[in-house]
Amino acid sequence: MSQSEPKALAPAPASAGAGALATKKRKRHYSVLNRRDKVLLSLMVGVPLAVFLLLIWAMTLVSIVLSFTNWDGVNPIAFVGIDNYTQLFTTYPFFWPAVAHNIMWLLFFVCLATPMGILLAVLLDRPLRGSAVYQSIFFIPVVLSLAVVGFIWKLQYLPLAGNGFIDSAFVALGWMDPKHAVNWLGDPSINIWAVLVAASWRHVGYIMVLYLAGLKSVDPSLREAAAIDGANESQTFIHVVFPVMAPINVVIVVVTVIESLRAFDIAYIINHGKNGLELLSILITNSALSEAGLIGFGSAVAVILLTISLVPIVLYLSRVMRSESQ
Amino acid sequence: MDDLDKKSGFLTGGKVTRREVLKTGVIAAAGLTLLPTVLAACSSSSSGGKVTVGNNHSDASDLAGMKAVNDAFTKANSSITLTMNTVDHNTFQDQINNYLGATPDDAFSWFSGYRMRFFADKGLATAIDDSWANVKSNFTAGFANSVVGNDKKVYGIPVDYYPWCVFYRKSLFSDKGYTVPATWNDLLTLCAKMKTDGLTPFAFGDSDGWPAMGTFDILNLRLNGYDFHVGLMTGAQKWTDPKVTTVFQTWAKLIPFYTDGYAGLTWQQACDTLVRKTAGLYFLGLFMTGEVSTVDKTAVDDIDFFPFPFFGNAFDAEQALDAPIDIWMLSAKSPSLQADLASAKTYLEFWAKGSTQLLMYAANNGFIPCATDADQTTLSVLTKKAVAIVSKAQKITQFLDRDTRPDFAGANSMQSFLLNFLKTPTQDLVAFQQSIQDFWDKLPVYKG
Repeated sequence: MSQSEPKALAPAPASAGAGALATKKRKRHYSVLNRRDKVLLSLMVGVPLAVFLLLIWAMTLVSIVLSFTNWDGVNPIAFVGIDNYTQLFTTYPFFWPAVAHNIMWLLFFVCLATPMGILLAVLLDRPLRGSAVYQSIFFIPVVLSLAVVGFIWKLQYLPLAGNGFIDSAFVALGWMDPKHAVNWLGDPSINIWAVLVAASWRHVGYIMVLYLAGLKSVDPSLREAAAIDGANESQTFIHVVFPVMAPINVVIVVVTVIESLRAFDIAYIINHGKNGLELLSILITNSALSEAGLIGFGSAVAVILLTISLVPIVLYLSRVMRSESQ
Repeated sequence: MDDLDKKSGFLTGGKVTRREVLKTGVIAAAGLTLLPTVLAACSSSSSGGKVTVGNNHSDASDLAGMKAVNDAFTKANSSITLTMNTVDHNTFQDQINNYLGATPDDAFSWFSGYRMRFFADKGLATAIDDSWANVKSNFTAGFANSVVGNDKKVYGIPVDYYPWCVFYRKSLFSDKGYTVPATWNDLLTLCAKMKTDGLTPFAFGDSDGWPAMGTFDILNLRLNGYDFHVGLMTGAQKWTDPKVTTVFQTWAKLIPFYTDGYAGLTWQQACDTLVRKTAGLYFLGLFMTGEVSTVDKTAVDDIDFFPFPFFGNAFDAEQALDAPIDIWMLSAKSPSLQADLASAKTYLEFWAKGSTQLLMYAANNGFIPCATDADQTTLSVLTKKAVAIVSKAQKITQFLDRDTRPDFAGANSMQSFLLNFLKTPTQDLVAFQQSIQDFWDKLPVYKG
């Protein structure tokens, strides 16, 4: 959005000059758009821009300012310098676990869930009997909200005393000693992995659909040419299809990163993000949006999450802008 | 029963259950049903006083109780126009700071103890000493103390409460020949016996984080007394104190008797194990009877309870326990409060009557009336027993998250610390307690 603005404005300084060409351009501009058009256009651009600036950038700036205060939502705002940040980085015991869990989330998605989705897409792209059925099955979890996914998996993962499906089934099948049943959600060394499996259950289907749509748009003659050249299936995919899919691949990477950074719902449903399920997004909620009222502190966590989010956003935008300018 | 959401709500924020989705509808419906009441009040009034009421009793049964109370109020005070604004219980708590700081209603429902004083100190509540003078004869000293602010002014009217006790099934005890343990050692002996009988001795579910707080409270009260406990909650005492170490060391002896996988279980699921008789004992608030009746209606009559066992020390005489009290307060920043002050106080004084509080109890037995003149004959057997235990208590606390500052008691604070301890009770307790104290020390300083 922001990169299109300079482009639109770019001709303006040139036309401000006295050059004949510029004057001509301006005149043609005037002749095409009458007064009403201009009012309408500026409304159509101006209103969304104002909303965008107010709801996104103004809020972001306010959060950044608040992160240097200890505001509780009621008392006068007092600036405390970088106290919130030093507390986060040094003594607050839940910050580094939250960062670690967000990174684990990202790595798990990048290394396992996303490749799994791509693999499924490639497999289902082949002429296969009942392909639509398989696609539907893998896609169904994507239709569910993450909160519902959280509920569904919570029921699977409950301990024996809560009649959790996995533990009960394993015990019934004799695969698990009831005395040493796994506490999927309560054991802080395990529960993040249990949650990642639940999140992947949905993410795999999401990636599969995105990638499948991309695969359908690949020119079949490319595959034919590769086949005539004697390439086998995997060679065709690696050397022909995958490079052609570059735009989709970028989308997949961005989606994966975004899904990892905004991870919230499942962990929040399970235990409000404690005991091994700390996440940055949940720290923000539990500090700033609860009775605790630690708005300054929560804002500091939000600023850190924003900073982390900026890395993939900037990489993505710079890539898009580069390809547009070519 | 409502109290389950009530309890889980204030620490954890909104978890969307089907019931809550229903609740929203109920709240909307209640708004509509209340309207005729208000209109009726208008028509009969000659000189119009007004009062707006912020209500967090949003569950269907509680709302029915609120409606009964408001109907009775408008009947008795036909000149006062009452407008009720009901907000979902969890949402109300999460937004309490914004609510009280912006444009709140004249009167609002809240909790006694530190959580009341917290907002009184911030200047967000109005003292009601003159009203209290009219009604204080209707309350015992324990209730009276719970509504006094740090400035010695009174800020609330106590309306209901529920005690924390050890629950069990009478039939299980008689089948197995168990007896109610009076002392801590009796309790450990009983638990060991239950274990050899193939039972889970102590049902426990701490997925929500707050149930563990109840056990910390009672052990600290029993081992170190009321004064130390309150000092610890308010920051006057340190978490690094060796007395706190004793609490954790004592607690460690109980942990082996807990339900397997407790950290992944909700309190309701743990309660179900007691109902199914796979667990022998359960330490929780009286509101657990609501869950019991949900699982098995016939089991409610089989439920009995006893106060948490004693240690045979100087603090036995206190008979202290957690009995959280709900109150009604006046806000400070309500734009209409100046005009409505008289009628708002009339409303609060109306809540001080036993007859009013019994209307709420009739709708939901979780609300035990606080007023002395409440007709005791209408109370159930279990409720009467709860009343007896609480009236014997020399000292009453509110519950950890009501007795200490809210930013200390949340999911990413005390709840996490207690879960950490429960998982590794053998850890270096000195370092563990230091981490709690460090956390406390870093919280923002409130200037009141």
